[in-house]
Amino acid sequence: MKKKLVMIGNGMAGVRTIEELLKLQPEGYEITIFGNEPHPNYNRIMLSTVLQGDKSIDDIIMNDWNWYKSNDIQLFAGEEVVEIDKEKMQVISDQGRRVDYDELIIATGSSSFILPVPGSDKKGVVGFRDIHDCEMMIKDSKRYKKAAVIGGGLLGLEAARGLLNLGMEVDIVHLMPHLMERQLDETASGMLKNELETQGMNFLLEKQTAEILGEERVTGLRFSDGTEIQTDLVVMAVGIRPNVQLAKDSGIYVNRGIVVNDYMETDMHNIYAVGECAEHREIVYGLVAPLYEQGKVLAAKLAGTPTNPYEGTICGTQLKVSGCDLFSAGEIGDDEGTKSIKVHNEFDGIYKKIVIRDNRIAGIVLYGDTKDSNRLFRMLTKREDISGMTSVSILEANGCCGGGEAGDVAAMADDELVCGCNGVTKGTIVDAIRTNELTTIDEVGGCTNAGRSCGRCKSLISDILAYTLGDQYDTSAKKAGICGCTTLSKDEVVAEIRGKGLTNVREVMNVLGWSQEEGCSKCRPAINYYLGMVHYEGYKDERDSRLVNEKVHANIQKDGTYSVVPRMYGGVTTAADLKKIAEVAEKYDVPLVKLTGGQRIGLFGVNKEDLPAMWEDLGMPSGYAYGKTLRTVKTCVGEKFCRFGTQDSMGLGIELEKKFERLDTPHKVKMGVSACPRNCAESGIKDIGFVGVDGGWEIYIGGNGGTDLRAADLLDTVKTKDEALEITGAYLQYYRETAAYLERTAPWLERMGLEHVKEVLADANKRMQLNERLDKTLERYNEPWQQAISDNGIKEKYYQVRSVSVE
Amino acid sequence: MQTTKVRIKVADYDSLPERAGQAVTVNGEKIVLFRISTGDVKAVENRSPHRKGGTLADALVSGKFIYCPVYDLKISLEDGKVQAPDTGEVKTYEVEIIENEVFLQI
Repeated sequence: MKKKLVMIGNGMAGVRTIEELLKLQPEGYEITIFGNEPHPNYNRIMLSTVLQGDKSIDDIIMNDWNWYKSNDIQLFAGEEVVEIDKEKMQVISDQGRRVDYDELIIATGSSSFILPVPGSDKKGVVGFRDIHDCEMMIKDSKRYKKAAVIGGGLLGLEAARGLLNLGMEVDIVHLMPHLMERQLDETASGMLKNELETQGMNFLLEKQTAEILGEERVTGLRFSDGTEIQTDLVVMAVGIRPNVQLAKDSGIYVNRGIVVNDYMETDMHNIYAVGECAEHREIVYGLVAPLYEQGKVLAAKLAGTPTNPYEGTICGTQLKVSGCDLFSAGEIGDDEGTKSIKVHNEFDGIYKKIVIRDNRIAGIVLYGDTKDSNRLFRMLTKREDISGMTSVSILEANGCCGGGEAGDVAAMADDELVCGCNGVTKGTIVDAIRTNELTTIDEVGGCTNAGRSCGRCKSLISDILAYTLGDQYDTSAKKAGICGCTTLSKDEVVAEIRGKGLTNVREVMNVLGWSQEEGCSKCRPAINYYLGMVHYEGYKDERDSRLVNEKVHANIQKDGTYSVVPRMYGGVTTAADLKKIAEVAEKYDVPLVKLTGGQRIGLFGVNKEDLPAMWEDLGMPSGYAYGKTLRTVKTCVGEKFCRFGTQDSMGLGIELEKKFERLDTPHKVKMGVSACPRNCAESGIKDIGFVGVDGGWEIYIGGNGGTDLRAADLLDTVKTKDEALEITGAYLQYYRETAAYLERTAPWLERMGLEHVKEVLADANKRMQLNERLDKTLERYNEPWQQAISDNGIKEKYYQVRSVSVE
Repeated sequence: MQTTKVRIKVADYDSLPERAGQAVTVNGEKIVLFRISTGDVKAVENRSPHRKGGTLADALVSGKFIYCPVYDLKISLEDGKVQAPDTGEVKTYEVEIIENEVFLQI
């Protein structure tokens, strides 16, 4: 039986730990997560960009609901754990739910520290920690004008910038004489203040808040010197406090945070803490990079893989306010033991200070130009001896003349950090690009996590791609969109459709900022397909977003005429049907009657306006010879007549065709069923093919007889027809859900890997779920020829040709 | 020789489907009308400018452009010009809408 892992908290550090664990040991634990916010895991660092209006809340979701589902993680969102029962090894939620654990992770994070001054419980006093705070501020900004931010640190300034963007007047109240005094020295702090003042912030420095004024809602602030200001909203950004109450109540040793050792173990067996609630070597971290490092160590510990202990992190910080490029790390002040290199270019607004102690960099402050921050930060963390270097070469990698971007990448050492948030080095990225043949920033992120937090390093990742791939890296395709109208990839489009609940093609293009408002011939059919795949229940197909053949339900020929190919299930027909086809061919003077490659009869050269009448006369369903759907199921005669046949190939073929006809697929799908390994139906070059053997069927997938010939791979051998149908359904649905529009199964299978697809289809539970979604999808379809005959609207819109004559 | 243009009623406006082509034969001349999403009606000859020919009535309509259903050329409904990198041109017709009636100048 699997061990049970419970995690209290659903934030960045905790969920990253789970991600790392799943990588090391996908099937190791049965995982349950409690999160007291009603959201899946989101990127808390980016909250300031939400407040500043650059991103929406959906944009900052890192693991959507689907992620939990597809990793079999039980998530209780909006539910708080109120008790840990160590005896029974259970956690108990505020809704009375009890869940057993074998291992327990506490990842409760931290809360805004609310100053304990009179009035701090009034309406209109908020912290700046979560989506709820953000939503409150956005809401209040619509009704009120004046805001005060208490705290002139990183978080306070980002909140203030956001409130300015929301149209509010903003006072920033700060206890100290300088802003960000923990990260910046006086000079840099002064430059920052000037810049922010020109952006419209008003600073009240050296002011201590004594009381928050107002009746029910805040109306102002009184300071210890007796002065007052008016305000309608107070944002507390004076610091964070680890959420440790639950741990404390459970008897776990807590100092400022939950005390952990180098493997994130608390003093209780089987209980760990990670993230902002944890205290490691007397430090509680509030930045993401160290928390991710902790998560990695904890994941390895849980997976039982060897790992180095976590030994603490030196952090660098950046401010996410446009117009203020700054970086800071390590010691910023001077004392007797330090000597600094300082450059202050007032004209360009650039300031750099490198604090040196014992010939090593001990601190960095950069303002206005932070491009050397990675290199300097590495020298700091590596404790490099700089005694042989000139001050100019310390300050700038390429001397005063500078170098090109790619040159910078070439000069970077392999162990230089590219993504500070996730601790990813240049070497790791280059390796990942080479071994996994990555070509886009997104792929690098998917493989290494680089660029997945604050996103500032994405341009550097792009440079590394260019440097590693050389000419193969198409800079215009830095991010290959599905067409020229967008830079979003297929996966991103699908994720947005799911995440934002988009329901029609026009909405997708609007919301996702398409450059050509009504799309093009590439994206419109693709979006229509993805929408139908995502909203499998009841999606209303957008006929005008389909290309000609699927719109008209006939194949357009080069002269503008069409072909008519009726369904002939399994290639089996009757004398009566053949007569009917012959009569129709005669009646409409069809220029060409031909057997198609898919074992049926095609009538070619038909005028569009004749189509509905011909269909009516035929009285047969469309063979979809034109569609991105199941085309035909080719069969051999099989055991009924053939002396070699071991199985009923026609029977299975007909059943397959009847079940899956009309289904929208990313590209056309062809099937073949042969009753013996002589394989007369050519099952080895079909998207899915069946070969009858004694006592069962071999199932082959990913074959192709077209431009890129590919022999199909053996997926499985099954005993019965029903099993064959079940696997086919799951296979088709998995292909539908993971392939890009216009990707055939052969390249799809190459991309996904046979083993992976085998694994998915071997899981009975997954097969069932895939089939459920498929069956729901199949319920949507109607026979299109019958529909055209009986619906005058369709007939007029798509098939009529008007004739006007004037003397 | 000078030719005089005549104004011919070709359709009722409200009978034209939105964002789909409507083929009309006017005295033997094959024309296709597109009622685009702005509400305007555009008319071009119903022949793909591709050297292999084909018709345009079943083109995909996007704003003031259509995509040739057979060869995927992007064609402007304003001036009939094929967009780069492809080249070519189709004949366009002047459309007039009066009340609910659509007229062509031919």
